Amino acid sequence: MTSFTSAASGQGEGFHAPTIADFFPPAILFEGTIFEFNRLQLVRILATIVLLTIFVIAARRAQLVPGRFQNVIEMILGFVRVNVVEEIMGKDRAKRFVPMITTIFVTILAFNLTGVIPGLNLAGTSVAGVALLLALWVFVAYWAAGIRQHGFLGYLKANLFPPGVPAPIYIILAPIELLQLLIIRPASLIIRLVANMVAGHIMLVLCFAATNYLVVEAAPAMKGLGILTFAGGFAITLFEVFVAALQAYIFALLATVYINMSIEEEH
Amino acid sequence: MSAADSHAVLAAGSGDVDPIELFLPPGYDIFWSAIVLVIIAVVFYKLVLPKFTAVLDERTAKIEGGLAKAESAQAEAAAALAEYHQQLQEARTEAAKIREEARAEGSAIVADLRTKASDDAARIVETAHRQIEAERQQASVSLRSEVGLLATELASKIVGESLQDSARQSRVIDRFLDDLESTTAGTAGAGSTVGSTSGKEG
Repeated sequence: MTSFTSAASGQGEGFHAPTIADFFPPAILFEGTIFEFNRLQLVRILATIVLLTIFVIAARRAQLVPGRFQNVIEMILGFVRVNVVEEIMGKDRAKRFVPMITTIFVTILAFNLTGVIPGLNLAGTSVAGVALLLALWVFVAYWAAGIRQHGFLGYLKANLFPPGVPAPIYIILAPIELLQLLIIRPASLIIRLVANMVAGHIMLVLCFAATNYLVVEAAPAMKGLGILTFAGGFAITLFEVFVAALQAYIFALLATVYINMSIEEEH
Repeated sequence: MSAADSHAVLAAGSGDVDPIELFLPPGYDIFWSAIVLVIIAVVFYKLVLPKFTAVLDERTAKIEGGLAKAESAQAEAAAALAEYHQQLQEARTEAAKIREEARAEGSAIVADLRTKASDDAARIVETAHRQIEAERQQASVSLRSEVGLLATELASKIVGESLQDSARQSRVIDRFLDDLESTTAGTAGAGSTVGSTSGKEG
């Protein structure tokens, strides 16, 4: 990130280089308190309103014979239910966790997509708050499911001392597995999501800021390059749409896998 | 460009933001995140997902109900067809039986009638025979007495003499009858009636 900014800053004064500060815009309300409200929170709230409006209208109008709109909504819900949860857990276990995974999926999808929506241009998930809470939810869910299934000690034993390993190996294996359960799984969920969104935002800003600078301010000989950077920004925008969906899918998928690992009889 | 320079640029651009805050966000970020997440979760748990689950369940039930109904209708139709076939078979059997019976009965009636008719015919013929015989005998008897009387009367008129003498009278009658008989035999040939008459006369 530093190299991006430093390289960019070398090009001229009119060039706005993307920085980490983009993700921490100035406060709008309650500055300095825990209620500090900035542009990122506004983006999240807008995304929430749009998401809930779409789904509540869909639910209100839901009919036995679906129309076009209801079909799209059902396709999304069906994708999470069938292709993510039921495929991993099987139909019987899936029922308990479908609402949770669905909520996680649509939330992340909506917040990711704000990164490419003109006017918002900032992914709601690009600061870890949302990802952190969702990861915490997943963490609680797989611990609870595991303890419910095996009992507390049974769950620890099943995870820290997987069968079929020579006893001395447990000295290394058990701490690693404990680290997995406590930190690595949730942390990887958070970091994967946030890093993807941050990187995507920086790529987009870099391309479009460069285009703006090249076309408006740079020497006439340089203006042609603006076409290249614009094409790059265009491609990355499309790529970001794909990444937004992919990251939502991966988060939901891994959450399901972690929960499923907790309630499986054998590892 | 040195590391110190780049740090300076970053710091200047970031306004004292440590990049680690992206992953370990400030409290307010978690606070607002929690608020939106709770709202989303509540709406999805309480409204959206139950509604869609209900709709999907209802649709499944409807489809299953429709399939079951179609299946039962098909089974019903098959049963009706089988019943119809059986009834048809029964009716055919019964018709054949009735036809057979009717045929037997008809032939019995015909045979009966034929017997009765031939009996009747025989009786009628016999009655007729008997009547004819009786009439013939009656005619024969009356003829015999009347012919003798008439002949005698006629003869006595023709001869012109009275045949008071009973011996002569009797002789004349006998001769006349003999003549008559032979004449009859001559005209009718050697008939059985003549034979029997002559037999009775003899």
